Amino acid sequence: MIQRVIVALAGLFFALPLVWLLIAPFSKTATYHLHVPNPTLHNFAQVLGTEGALKAFGNSLLMSSASMVLVTVLACLAGYALSRRSFRGRDLTLYLLVLFSSVVTGVAAIVPLFTLLLDLHLLDTYLGVILALSGGLLPSGLFILKDFVDALPRSYEEASLVDGATPWLTFRYVAAPMLGGGAAVVALLTFVNAWGNFLTPYILLRSQGMYPASVAIYGFFNEVGLPFVNVIAAYSLLYTLPVLALYLIIQKVFGFKLAGGIKG
Amino acid sequence: MTRIEFQGVTKRFGEVVALHPTHLAIEAGEFFTLLGPSGSGKSTLLRILTGLEQPTEGRLLFDGEDVTRMPPWKRGCAMVFQNYALYPHMTVAQNIAYPLKIRKMPAPEQNARVEEVAASLSIGHLLQRKPGQLSGGQQQRVALARALAQKPRVFLFDEPLSNLDARLRLEARVFLKQLQAELKVTSIYVTHDQTEAMALSDRMAILEFGHLRQVGSPGEVYHRPASPFVATFIGHPPANILEAELLPDGMALGKSRVERPDSELEGKVHLAVRPEHIVWDAEGHLDARVVTCEDFGHEMWITVDLDGQHAVLRRFQPLAPGTVGRVRLQIEKLTVFSPPAPA
Repeated sequence: MIQRVIVALAGLFFALPLVWLLIAPFSKTATYHLHVPNPTLHNFAQVLGTEGALKAFGNSLLMSSASMVLVTVLACLAGYALSRRSFRGRDLTLYLLVLFSSVVTGVAAIVPLFTLLLDLHLLDTYLGVILALSGGLLPSGLFILKDFVDALPRSYEEASLVDGATPWLTFRYVAAPMLGGGAAVVALLTFVNAWGNFLTPYILLRSQGMYPASVAIYGFFNEVGLPFVNVIAAYSLLYTLPVLALYLIIQKVFGFKLAGGIKG
Repeated sequence: MTRIEFQGVTKRFGEVVALHPTHLAIEAGEFFTLLGPSGSGKSTLLRILTGLEQPTEGRLLFDGEDVTRMPPWKRGCAMVFQNYALYPHMTVAQNIAYPLKIRKMPAPEQNARVEEVAASLSIGHLLQRKPGQLSGGQQQRVALARALAQKPRVFLFDEPLSNLDARLRLEARVFLKQLQAELKVTSIYVTHDQTEAMALSDRMAILEFGHLRQVGSPGEVYHRPASPFVATFIGHPPANILEAELLPDGMALGKSRVERPDSELEGKVHLAVRPEHIVWDAEGHLDARVVTCEDFGHEMWITVDLDGQHAVLRRFQPLAPGTVGRVRLQIEKLTVFSPPAPA
């Protein structure tokens, strides 16, 4: 009983910010309190009226989607290859990938990334940010998909090879469709991470017009760094919607169930 | 109609020898079975045939053409897998058409072929289902249909009946044999079930520990086994192995003396005796006591004690355990082996 009370209290504590996120956007004079005298859509109007706010969402969508597609496609191909083919140095490659993807991340990687993109003339471009985001997210996606492929029985692919399909056609018609569930997880993970990333676009972009939503939100602070709470609340709610939508779509299509169907 | 020849084919996985040098020729149009217990190398041999596995040494010939390094997708084999390996995301029709689509057959022809094959296997009503919605027997037929539709030069079967229940297995066995007789396509069948091998094969190869132990027709391996292993692996119940001693003028079996079989060996030997070649006979030359009697309705399997050695004999009438009498061995039908070397 005591345990349940503790868990319930803890749950309530962590739910409060979420409740605030749902309530504050509709309050004309939002503070950090949790009550709304008379709900209004005024805050949303103000957000959408702000110059560049919609553009920022568009920028976020572009960079996140591109990273999502890039990472998912590459992770499928590489995860498949790393699972099915054994070659000299495979385990070392995997080990190094784990090491670098988990140790050299975020702030530690940003300075070398900056210089790299500077040399490639990709600073202040969408492509530069997309590549930087994808590079950071690819290793984890690759591991998820490699594990996923490891769990798929080989006999489907072997049947396909004997049936006359080359390895590429086998991947395309037999393996890739069965990767759907794993690919969906990776796609979602990548999108969410790219969508929420602040540091990478903040450092790699100069032009305000290219800022994604995660960076543009700082336009709603005044000169001395005080926030316009009601606008930020509305903005934050809008900011969560695409991720939520994507999650629901993927849930609907894949249900996060793994493909089965072999007769044991 | 393709003739297949293995020339000194060997397979090693690291230190483990899965297949010792194997020479084997499978004639065009033959129904040939690779029979052996698990780990005998029969599946390795089949995988080398498909090209999914490369031999460590040796060559593989199809009609005299060296195909050892040819990739699987160019070999024109069709295989029915043990687990059927039906593509779970495709319908039955798409599964059957897959090899045709890959070979760029025009769609109308594909459909015609699919419908023809499906009709001949009575699965026409299942074409729009997914494999997950089919019973084991139906999946097996779809897998067979996928192989048939390709009109392959070689059929390969990897224990295709082992996932079916006993009654379906018998039906499928008869069906397969009939089908192969009609199509006359060289067929290689892998199984660990000697009954299946006997029932289906024109000829078979018996493998043990990666060695080819004997190649021959069902009759040959049954009546003239090349080793005690073959004698005890084939037959239901298997052959009895009895210890005996060959003397210049006869053979000592326990305390009794019997006629000497035709053999060049001397001294201690092992005899392989089929259960039907031990006859319960008051005039027999060996003392016997009944240990157990298993009643199968149409025949009895009777375990008897012959001077301390147990043997199974086949008979139509039952015998009560404890009954004492005599048996006669049909000396001309037994096979003599030298005893295994002491380990």
